[in-house]
Amino acid sequence: MKDTNESRVTEDGRTIGGILMEMRNITLRFGGVVAIKDISFDIREGEIRAIIGPNGAGKSSMLNVISGFYHPQEGDVFFRGEKRPAMKPYQVANMGIARTFQNIALFEGMSVLDNIMTGRLTHMKSGMLAQAIWWGKAEREEIENRELVERVIDFLEIQAIRKTPVGRLPYGLKKRVELGRALASEPKLLLLDEPMAGMNVEEKEDMSRFILDVNDEFGTTIALIEHDMGVVMDLSDRVVVMDYGKKIGDGTPEEVRNNQDVIDAYLGVAHD
Amino acid sequence: MDTSLGAAGELTSIPALLARNAREFGDSPANREKEFGIWQSWTWSQVAEEVEALALGLVAIGVGAGDHVAIIGRNRPYLYWAMVAVQRAGGVPVPLYQDAVGDEISYVLEHCGARFIIAGDQEQVDKILEVEGQVAALEHMVYLDPRGLRKYDHSRLTSYAALQNRGRDMREDLTGELDRRTAALNYDSTCVMLYTSGTTGRPKGVVLSNRNIIETSKNSAEFDHLRVNDEVLAYLPMAWVGDFIFSIGQAYWSGFCVNCPESADTMMTDLREIGPTYYFAPPRVFETQLTNVMIRMEDASRFKRWLFKVFMDHANKVGPKILDGEQVGFGDRVKYALGNFFIYGPLKNTLGLSRVRVGYTAGEAIGPELFDFYRALGINLKQLYGQTEASVFITQQKDNEVRADTVGTPTPGVELKIAENGEVFYRSPGAFVEYFKNAESTADTKDAEGWVATGDAGFIEADTGHLRIIDRAKDVGKMADGRLFAPKYVENKLKFFPNILEAVVFGNGREKCTAFINIDLTAVGNWAERNNIAYASYQELAGHPRVLDMIQSHVEEVNASVAADEMLSGCQIHRFLVLHKELDADDGELTRTRKVRRRIIEEKFADLITALYDSSPTVSTVTEVTYEDGRKGSISATLSIRDAAVSGGSERIAAE
Repeated sequence: MKDTNESRVTEDGRTIGGILMEMRNITLRFGGVVAIKDISFDIREGEIRAIIGPNGAGKSSMLNVISGFYHPQEGDVFFRGEKRPAMKPYQVANMGIARTFQNIALFEGMSVLDNIMTGRLTHMKSGMLAQAIWWGKAEREEIENRELVERVIDFLEIQAIRKTPVGRLPYGLKKRVELGRALASEPKLLLLDEPMAGMNVEEKEDMSRFILDVNDEFGTTIALIEHDMGVVMDLSDRVVVMDYGKKIGDGTPEEVRNNQDVIDAYLGVAHD
Repeated sequence: MDTSLGAAGELTSIPALLARNAREFGDSPANREKEFGIWQSWTWSQVAEEVEALALGLVAIGVGAGDHVAIIGRNRPYLYWAMVAVQRAGGVPVPLYQDAVGDEISYVLEHCGARFIIAGDQEQVDKILEVEGQVAALEHMVYLDPRGLRKYDHSRLTSYAALQNRGRDMREDLTGELDRRTAALNYDSTCVMLYTSGTTGRPKGVVLSNRNIIETSKNSAEFDHLRVNDEVLAYLPMAWVGDFIFSIGQAYWSGFCVNCPESADTMMTDLREIGPTYYFAPPRVFETQLTNVMIRMEDASRFKRWLFKVFMDHANKVGPKILDGEQVGFGDRVKYALGNFFIYGPLKNTLGLSRVRVGYTAGEAIGPELFDFYRALGINLKQLYGQTEASVFITQQKDNEVRADTVGTPTPGVELKIAENGEVFYRSPGAFVEYFKNAESTADTKDAEGWVATGDAGFIEADTGHLRIIDRAKDVGKMADGRLFAPKYVENKLKFFPNILEAVVFGNGREKCTAFINIDLTAVGNWAERNNIAYASYQELAGHPRVLDMIQSHVEEVNASVAADEMLSGCQIHRFLVLHKELDADDGELTRTRKVRRRIIEEKFADLITALYDSSPTVSTVTEVTYEDGRKGSISATLSIRDAAVSGGSERIAAE
């Protein structure tokens, strides 16, 4: 067994700590379809961990297992060394896990500011009535939350669209707002499902910059799924490669790039 | 006007003005900045403390008297304080254009021998680190926004806040030294050094003394009755002399409040929230605002469009007269008041111009329709004429003496004369001391008696005393048949069309004139949308036959109006093409203040110019472009060249 508390410092000066989350022998089935077959890997504190693979490899299913949305039939998920019971999504959010979606899931009619404020929901303690009459603790709480949200807006450089309804924004900005909402909950672990799908080169560069900055400034652990190999290889510390529900590779970008199974999966070799 | 110490008392430096403001208007706001969605503000006494802390820090890291300290970043209160802090420490602030690229920065840093730099954020720090090797004197860098800079090597890098804290900690040891240096400043010590954007050759460092800045600020502030409770929005580049005069000179003289926007993108919202009382913008900004209004009106309902038209026609008829205090009939006044309630008031509010008491435009000629539009709304928009070497002000328009085609009468304290070749000369308390390390250019521009050459050709109207500018003196030329060639005059007429962003006219020493045109993507894009014209790129839109038709009709209209002017009728445009890329400062085609660099464009697009003159219907070309991150690429295009109809005038003269 690996030492769960060993930590190291990367070349660019970030500290990667012990194991934050560990998947042990996960198998997930939908009826007769096996989406994930006996997969184990871990995510260390402070690292950027990528999950890659061809279409239909089971990447999004894996992310949904991590986020607690799917409950695997076999295997266990360990969070900070403790086995995680089956949970509701809001309980997972309370543990400090936030995510963005492959197909953007924002409130289209609400402003950018309000959308990001919803990310603070798990941190609000005052009741609905107190919030409605805007008094005492509820008021203080809202001001604190707003301040934090404004820092996120500043961080993502979206001040100019603060009051714009999300429905009117172009795709690239919506993606950024969604990242903002996830960040507003001050997550320990941030799950990004194809953060750069459908973006042009410039938008991808911006988004990469933000992901690196989030990891660097807040020390947030990030697990991401991405198709763009260039982006994945540049961003991540370690990469898990999946194909047909199985793990075929795991290691640093360099190791993965030289792995024959991975090359086969991407270049297309007949499956038996 | 008395230019000795008497008029200004002991107020012979910007730090001295700061001390007075902290004493007399200690509790009124000096700066505001929107951050985290809220306007943060600092009073004059808080600013004095912030400046002192930073100045102490600068002394602590070794800034010596007479040192040049470069400052680069977007408009933020902290960077304005940095300029004053450098002065307090006995140094000379040198603000740089924030969008300048590596070699522009390294040239200026090397030229002024800066040992210290105060930079706004990571982007600026990166740019400087890139050219660090070429700048021998550079010792230490101070940065304002720490984002992304945490892991950088801090042996030669300090954060602004840390430097201020270090200054505060060492207050007891260093106060004596700092106060000695501040007290040593007088009217003749250098206040600031500003690099001209340079339409030709390398930028030159213009040295402006405290006398230049303070006398000019005083005269111009009195001229427009600026007060302590005025508000301005600082959004133009800090390296530009105008911003230095408005946001430091006049602000410190009058004690008014300088507001900084949250980011470049939020400028319009912030403008509306602040509602400045004193406002400056180049014609380009007014034009963009008007274009946006017109685009939105096109999409409005029929009734609203009708209402807008009725009242705007009325405003154009009587608005400027009411503003100038002329006689206007009772019925017209009532109708104007009604229009003010329904249209003008709300429109001014949307534009953020409700409270403007004094508005100025300068830098380029402004289209008469554009100028009248704003005046018709009741905004006191005026023109001024100036340059870096004059600490801005040479002439400006008095209230009630405002016209679109002149730049007004000399600012108090300024003398004007016109040389034989038509070039405008001035002498004023604001006239610069010298070009730094460039005695030759100084002697070329400023003579022993203090007369400074502007490089512009113009004349003074005999009956009104107003100055009229025709063109850059060196751009005015002769055509092959000896007729006058004034490209700017024609280009301005073209640029008054919202669809045309930029135009470059050629014809010096040639038989006839031709032009390059840049379309305005916002205006033409909106027009294309309404007319169901699909396009995938700027290049495709610019080459669309219907766009060319439209531009052709604009060119022909301009030809007709140029033909009406006997002196300039030779400047009609015979052939033109619409460029496949926007002229850009990053490619060196424009200056950082967006003035056309003719010589560079002529060299770069020589093949296109040849095609304009050899009657070929199309031309293929490959152009190198520079991306914002400094990488280079190229775009290739086939452009069609159109012939435009010219009006009789020129044919007749040509036939003679």
